[in-house]
Amino acid sequence: MKFTLSWLKDHLETDAPLDVIVEKLTAVGLEVEEVHDPAKDLAPFIVGHVVEAGPHPNADRLKVCRVDTGAEQIQVVCGAPNARQGLKVALARPGDRIPDSGDVLKKGKIRDVESQGMMCSWRELGLGSDHTGIIELPEDAPVGAKLTSVVDLDPVIEVAITPNRMDCLGVRGIARDLAAAGLGTLKPLDEPAIPGRYPSPVGVVLEHDGCPMFVGRHVRGVKNGDSPEWLKKRLEAVGLRPISALVDITNYVTVDRGRPLHVFDAAKLSGSVRARPGRPGETLLALNGKTYELDAEMVVIADDARALGLGGIMGGEDEGATAETTDVFIESALFDAVTVANTGRRLAIDSDARYRFERGVDPQSAVWGCELATRLILELCGGEPSELVVAGAPPSGPGAISVRPERVAALGGVDLPKARIVEILRALAFTVEETADGTLSVLPPSWRLDVTEEHDVVEEVIRIHGYDNIPALPLPRSPMPPVVLTPRQRQREFARRTLATRGMMETVTWSFMARAQADLFGFGDDALVLSNPISSDLDAMRPSVLPNLIQAAGRNAARGYPDVALFEVGPDFQDDTAKGQRLVAAGVRAGRTGPRNWVQAPRAVDAFDAKADALAALEAAGCPVDNIQVTTDAPGWYHPGRSGALRLGPTVLAWFGEIHPRVLKGLDVKGTVVGFEVFLEAVPQPKTKGASAGKTRPLLRPSPFQPVERDFAFVVDAAVPAEKLIRAAKGADRKLIGEVRVFDVYQGDNVGEGKKSLALSVTLQPQDRTLTDEDLEKLQAAVVAAVEKATGGTLRA
Amino acid sequence: MSTMEDLRAELLSAVEAAADRDALDQLRVAALGKKGRITDMMKGLGAMSPEERREAGQQLNALKDTVAEAIEARRAVLDEAELNDRLARERIDVSLPVRPESAGSLHPISQTIAELTAIFGQMGFTVAEGPDIDDDFHNFTALNFPPDHPARQMHDTFFLPEKADASRLMLRTHTSTVQVHTMTSTKPPIRIIAPGRTYRCDYDMTHTPMFHQVEGLVIDKTTHMGHLKGCLIEFVRTYFELDELPVRFRPSFFPFTEPSAEMDIGCSRAGGELKIGAGDSWLEILGCGMVHPNVLKACGIDPTEYQGFAFGMGIERIAMLKYGIPDLRTFFESDLRWLRHYGFAALDVPSVTGGLTR
Repeated sequence: MKFTLSWLKDHLETDAPLDVIVEKLTAVGLEVEEVHDPAKDLAPFIVGHVVEAGPHPNADRLKVCRVDTGAEQIQVVCGAPNARQGLKVALARPGDRIPDSGDVLKKGKIRDVESQGMMCSWRELGLGSDHTGIIELPEDAPVGAKLTSVVDLDPVIEVAITPNRMDCLGVRGIARDLAAAGLGTLKPLDEPAIPGRYPSPVGVVLEHDGCPMFVGRHVRGVKNGDSPEWLKKRLEAVGLRPISALVDITNYVTVDRGRPLHVFDAAKLSGSVRARPGRPGETLLALNGKTYELDAEMVVIADDARALGLGGIMGGEDEGATAETTDVFIESALFDAVTVANTGRRLAIDSDARYRFERGVDPQSAVWGCELATRLILELCGGEPSELVVAGAPPSGPGAISVRPERVAALGGVDLPKARIVEILRALAFTVEETADGTLSVLPPSWRLDVTEEHDVVEEVIRIHGYDNIPALPLPRSPMPPVVLTPRQRQREFARRTLATRGMMETVTWSFMARAQADLFGFGDDALVLSNPISSDLDAMRPSVLPNLIQAAGRNAARGYPDVALFEVGPDFQDDTAKGQRLVAAGVRAGRTGPRNWVQAPRAVDAFDAKADALAALEAAGCPVDNIQVTTDAPGWYHPGRSGALRLGPTVLAWFGEIHPRVLKGLDVKGTVVGFEVFLEAVPQPKTKGASAGKTRPLLRPSPFQPVERDFAFVVDAAVPAEKLIRAAKGADRKLIGEVRVFDVYQGDNVGEGKKSLALSVTLQPQDRTLTDEDLEKLQAAVVAAVEKATGGTLRA
Repeated sequence: MSTMEDLRAELLSAVEAAADRDALDQLRVAALGKKGRITDMMKGLGAMSPEERREAGQQLNALKDTVAEAIEARRAVLDEAELNDRLARERIDVSLPVRPESAGSLHPISQTIAELTAIFGQMGFTVAEGPDIDDDFHNFTALNFPPDHPARQMHDTFFLPEKADASRLMLRTHTSTVQVHTMTSTKPPIRIIAPGRTYRCDYDMTHTPMFHQVEGLVIDKTTHMGHLKGCLIEFVRTYFELDELPVRFRPSFFPFTEPSAEMDIGCSRAGGELKIGAGDSWLEILGCGMVHPNVLKACGIDPTEYQGFAFGMGIERIAMLKYGIPDLRTFFESDLRWLRHYGFAALDVPSVTGGLTR
């Protein structure tokens, strides 16, 4: 919403300076977005006097002028047709910045004749669109005076109006708020009803619920033409193009009072004007030059023959007022906000009328809007008014609201005396009566459609009193705050920070991805395809966090950074329920383990890197990793032979492994990528009952006896998982056998086809005495027997 | 006597001349070994008279001690020289770079959420969460967005396909949905923050289709606008680590709060550079207000008994402001160089009492 300072002062009696007004606007909730004060740009410009205007030796259209600056006479070459001797002009001198072009004026030669200045047009000074000639200042303008002291400069203010403040979509509403906030007085309106001289030959008919009231008036004998300068200037200042007096009047009332109107050329109407549903197949050529298909939901303004406009949105091209118009019919109607919003959205028409009607126009304005339009038409175009024709009535408001004055303090946090509350409300044109029980009966003015309940009234009071005047209080606190994170949230944070300690970089990628690529990750639920994606490569909710990470790895490689370790802790989506959203810690590694260096050669990343990451994340999330089993049934986006699942019983905690080459190809990523997905919500919850439950650790009983290591090598079928050997070896004596490590894996001629050799290092930890040779023999035999029994393998000779 | 003196001089000079430990060992054996010269002379004592024996014995013992000491002293010198020799040979080029280690990092969004959590945790808030895919009730209706209200259109909602009953799920446009989830499942008093992903169908210089918000909600019987101001002033000053950060609250409109406010913080834009703190300019930082009675009602809380405030802000936005990150879109590009530059160390855990930012 744009307006000028002088326009505001039509309604507000104030001597507050611009910056105070601007500050107050924001303070009452009319946020100032921009202030354009032309005086700032024009500060260096002065009044010049053309003492002589002669012909240019080299150009017929140019003149060479001698211009008095008050201090000296300078030579100015000028092309304006109205440049002539004796004229007082707006003069720019070298070094001045011309507002319209932004260029700094320099001394120069124009067709070989030196020019030491520039005489400006209104447009060049950013003060209007007139560029037909240079500005002709009043004859009595003092030579050498500042230009800003002789021209009327009207600062333009633009405020953002929140959707609830429909009353401030007119300058008068803004003035009222400022007056209420103590910045002056709202000027009273003196607009008596205009008596009609004859019955309107055009009637009005209501045939659609979306138009509860229609007021019209016929005015005959008008003369349409250009609007007067003051009106054109104002409209231009707020970004509206002056068209003709009749059209400009409707725009003026829209901005001045937030009251959209329409003026028809009455000669082009046949029969009555009606608000009716659109008809099948009906079309309208609107003022914007576009043709729209109408339907029964829309409120169509029509005469007996055809559609004339879309009610509350836009008029038609054909029946508008033109220069030839002599008789007009004014439309001042009310339209239902939801109907206007729906029609406007469906047809994608934005207009000043729609903007106001869909927020709600003062229900009482149909009559006064028509009267105001009549007054301006008579003033600017002459003519003779008919009587008003009125159909329908304004919808009734919700009535008076009962307000407990103490709610201002209880909700608003500022203790105001009742008298002050009443004063603020009355300044906003609320009707306030004190009742016997101490409450206030508050009737909002017709235009405050947003105020319907007690808390709305409280807001009005503290808004005008000023939010800055509410004392800030700390939130009451208990001596010790509660634990801010749930156990699950803490698990997640540990996992996140642990992955970062492992050299992985955390990233955040979109929750969506391309449908076609999502299919590679088991996407199967069409319910997870967005109806209105931002683009076709972001149209499916991701079934896995991996694809976006893999593509990120690919992008980094393409940029010249092929060694990638990225992770993300975020959601994937299995279905559209809350449970279908899983919280996953996923990561990828690609390239090599690090840069080349002098001391150790980096190696290519492999599935065991991903496995280690997954285990680290699980352990950080509080998972008992010693009990985890590995199975080889990771889903199809992993390499079938180089991937696995980490489980606790039937529960899958994680998948890890090399990404399937076909999937990488589908994602257009080259090289090998390994990755993991850890399902954090599958990790068993730590115990939370009791003060220290789960926190107390079992007593440490370190053995005083030195551990002994014994090595074994077994030949087993190549398909036997190493985990089986480890478990069997550990199981040989649960008390004495501590760790079992695999320190060599061999496949080749020495062990025969289909076999492999696994070398285990077994740590024996004596508990109550040093082990004798005999004890050791027995234990070794037990390990061999257990492994052989479990795996069908043999001790390697 | 002169033989003993001679022997002493001879042995000591031989010890001094011993070039290495082997030579010294041979010398020791030749002088002090079982068949050594001094040992031999000791053996000769038996043939002497007691007088002579005592005198010669004393002298021999003194000689023996002197020689033994000299050998030990020489041995220490030789050991020291040998060690120095070895150390000289063992020199490495310590200017060589160390073995490469890859440092990981946390994304600024995670770190900012951790900072928010630390600050609001101090004020008695806990972290609540809700689903990214939600329904019309939680995203709009319960939050007092009337059907067809313009405010609803301002949200650029992503929709999932229409279901058989004509309902459609959507991606939440704000974390305010968590207010509704929390209020419908918890009894007041409530004091939560809800950080999380949010989605709007918009993609340009300053908008991404996915971004993060944090929602705050306080519901009890007495909390009013003064507490809202106090809580949020405390927050921005702690977060930006500027005790004197100027703030202002101005009236605004949100369907789910009334009265509603936007909060600005002071800044300077001198020279085209944005600087948070004292200055002649204001920067919008968050939206807030007293929870609308219709929202409480929709969530099954009696608005005649309970009231409170809510607020919401963009997490990327406050991260950009605090850490000087110029472009929103870069948050989601996973560019290693960006992650390294703007990321945070794994162990850099923010805390109000231990320091918010390193």
